[in-house]
Amino acid sequence: MSQTIVSDSMNINIEQLQQELNAEQREFNELQQRHFKVRAKMALENDALRKSFRGASDFLMGKRKAVFPDDGALSALRDRGEAIRQHSLANLPELLERLESNLTANGIQVHWAETADEACTIIHDILTANNARTVVKGKSMVTEEIELNHFLEARGIECLESDMGEYLVQLAGETPSHIIMPAIHKNKAQIARLMHARAQTSDGSQVPYTEDVDELIGNARAILRDKFMRADAGISGVNMAVANTGTLCLVENEGNGRMTTTMPKLHIAVTGIEKVVEDFSHVPELLTLLTRSATGQKISTYFNMISGPKKAAELDGPEQVHLVLVDNGRSRIFSHPVLKPTLQCIRCGACMNHCPVYARIGGHAYGSTYPGPIGQVVTPQIAGLEKHGDMLSACSLNGACGEACPVRIPLPELIRELRAEAVSPQFSDAAAVQEVMGRGAKRTLGERLIWRGWALTHRFAPLYRIMTTVLTRGRGLFRSKAAAALLSPWTDSRSTPQPARRSLHELAKARGVADQYPNSTAGKRGDHA
Amino acid sequence: MLGTCLVDSFYPEAGMDAIALLQRAGIEVIFPQSQSCCGQPAYNSGYDEQAREVARVQLQAFAADIPVVVMMGSCAGMVHNEYPKLFAGQPEEAAAIALAARSYEFSEFMVNVLQLEQQLAQAADQSPLTVALHTSCSTRRGMGVAAEHKALVENLPGVQLVEPERVTECCGFGGTFAVKQGDISAAMAADKANAIAATGCQRLVSGDCGCLMNISGTLDKQERALPVQHLASLLYTRLNGRDGSQISQKRSQQHNQNRGENA
Repeated sequence: MSQTIVSDSMNINIEQLQQELNAEQREFNELQQRHFKVRAKMALENDALRKSFRGASDFLMGKRKAVFPDDGALSALRDRGEAIRQHSLANLPELLERLESNLTANGIQVHWAETADEACTIIHDILTANNARTVVKGKSMVTEEIELNHFLEARGIECLESDMGEYLVQLAGETPSHIIMPAIHKNKAQIARLMHARAQTSDGSQVPYTEDVDELIGNARAILRDKFMRADAGISGVNMAVANTGTLCLVENEGNGRMTTTMPKLHIAVTGIEKVVEDFSHVPELLTLLTRSATGQKISTYFNMISGPKKAAELDGPEQVHLVLVDNGRSRIFSHPVLKPTLQCIRCGACMNHCPVYARIGGHAYGSTYPGPIGQVVTPQIAGLEKHGDMLSACSLNGACGEACPVRIPLPELIRELRAEAVSPQFSDAAAVQEVMGRGAKRTLGERLIWRGWALTHRFAPLYRIMTTVLTRGRGLFRSKAAAALLSPWTDSRSTPQPARRSLHELAKARGVADQYPNSTAGKRGDHA
Repeated sequence: MLGTCLVDSFYPEAGMDAIALLQRAGIEVIFPQSQSCCGQPAYNSGYDEQAREVARVQLQAFAADIPVVVMMGSCAGMVHNEYPKLFAGQPEEAAAIALAARSYEFSEFMVNVLQLEQQLAQAADQSPLTVALHTSCSTRRGMGVAAEHKALVENLPGVQLVEPERVTECCGFGGTFAVKQGDISAAMAADKANAIAATGCQRLVSGDCGCLMNISGTLDKQERALPVQHLASLLYTRLNGRDGSQISQKRSQQHNQNRGENA
């Protein structure tokens, strides 16, 4: 559709374009309310989307591979990354206290939020106390998680995303489809339409239609630059918070993070409680893994270390710096014996870049802030299995994510564990055990019966023998249309499998292959039914 | 030998060919008749209790302290990597750890124990054959024996190994995943089928029959069927110079004779 719009902006009917975009936005919102499977199916049928994600995955996997040429060195780095993150988690309560006291000594005000709502309220209170009406935001997934923009906008505070991808996603009224590249689902033409129809320059005029990437970025930069100058506050995320020094580290490529955290008079940083590291010496090791795993960069264009508000003799910088530490279910994850490594995550996105399911359905299909493998692990734990348990089946347990994870989170194991949580009975004494929110939400009678039946036939040798006999002797039936219908969805895109004439059990026995050790087949032959 | 349930009913010739290969190396093979399934389908779906019930049967069937060769990478991964976790804190924990330690994926045993890859030069059938090898995710990542797979095929005289695009990517089988997320699985299978067809290979070989069934079923449905074989069958038929299907037929006849004798 976008191809039919010629590059001459004079020929584009702006009202029609705006109507089209409004319709697309409505469609997006409606789709986000539907079941996971519906979203996945829609995504699979969308050629442009498939192409965007396949291209992005191939590109990012290639870039990562190029900066990790030596498997041994990569393995050693990942060991270090895992060790640092596990060290942080092993000492989490103490490190958080140390972080708070060192941040406070540096003049950074620390706030604790147990829930998403509490975090939003704290931020809103800080803003209103400072009469802040306009906010620029650096890229931050945790503020997406707590739906901060929505909260603030409902209370009359303007929030503008300043990361290019986030800016586009906000302009489209969508949510990020990737944690590092929020607008990766959009191609050039779609972005050109979006900018032309919805972006406004500071003098209120329309942005000219262009598909030239440099021009598109230039247009957005001009708009954002103006907003940076006027914003009352800047809100950013944090990649690492150093306990020993009270330093907040922020990794970015566009300079928007630096502008967000230095230009407005008020800077509010928001982070999950797991992002703390003990020592400054941990920072370069994690940073190396983060940028290489995320985008294949040896280092990001910008790396910010924030250690306090503007000092008396300094010319610029914010007058106030706040840090909001968000729990939002993380303490519960922390207490789980198997799922705890979830919190090792440094949000690089390598798991989604390497996931063959993500490459095909993209981020929005997951219907959650965090998509892909880490999203499948994090989301049900912070938002409950009831609402987000369905995405757990969208994994073939192929292990590509776990292999790519720079801090060795055993993602497939955690997905499997959550599947078990989703179908397990709730603990009778829930207070005594930290169970995942919505444990047992996907426990259905039908499935339980299937697995009980399966266990019976595979537990008792006579039943198993009957089953394989039925399969092998009834193999002709597998050619029938009825069998194909019965075996759908397998047979929708595959031929019906054909059982063999005789099972391996039978063939081995017939060949005289011993049944027991030491060989005692001779005595067992008469048992043959 | 742990034949696995899929090989048992759908690819039994793979098991028989592996047994023949082992016997050829002078190894006495035991095939416990009480074996069934490793328990992976239930385990991967989160039904730990049912998985344990079935896995317990295998612990008993393979209690003897001898190596266990598992005919599929994914089932080998289940026994080798997951049994100790599945039985953690259970009475059978020690038995599970012991079985895990002496279980081998088929190619792993062939290369690391028997050094079969060094004995392939005298294969009876050295006719030219182009083979695409699909190494399953559990063979590659779970068991870490992709190199063993490759070594066995590469060292077969006359066999040209071709590599499909995105060779390390999952074919979309994933057990219950293929049914629960049929659309996504089919999309992955279609891409894999395309990549394999594009190599122009004459045969698709794998150490995992789930992947074989998935990829060949997809190609078949698209009316571009490709002969597929378990790695064990490729090795045995090349070494002995006989076509696999004839072997199965012959075995069936033998079997029928045996049945007659027993009755």
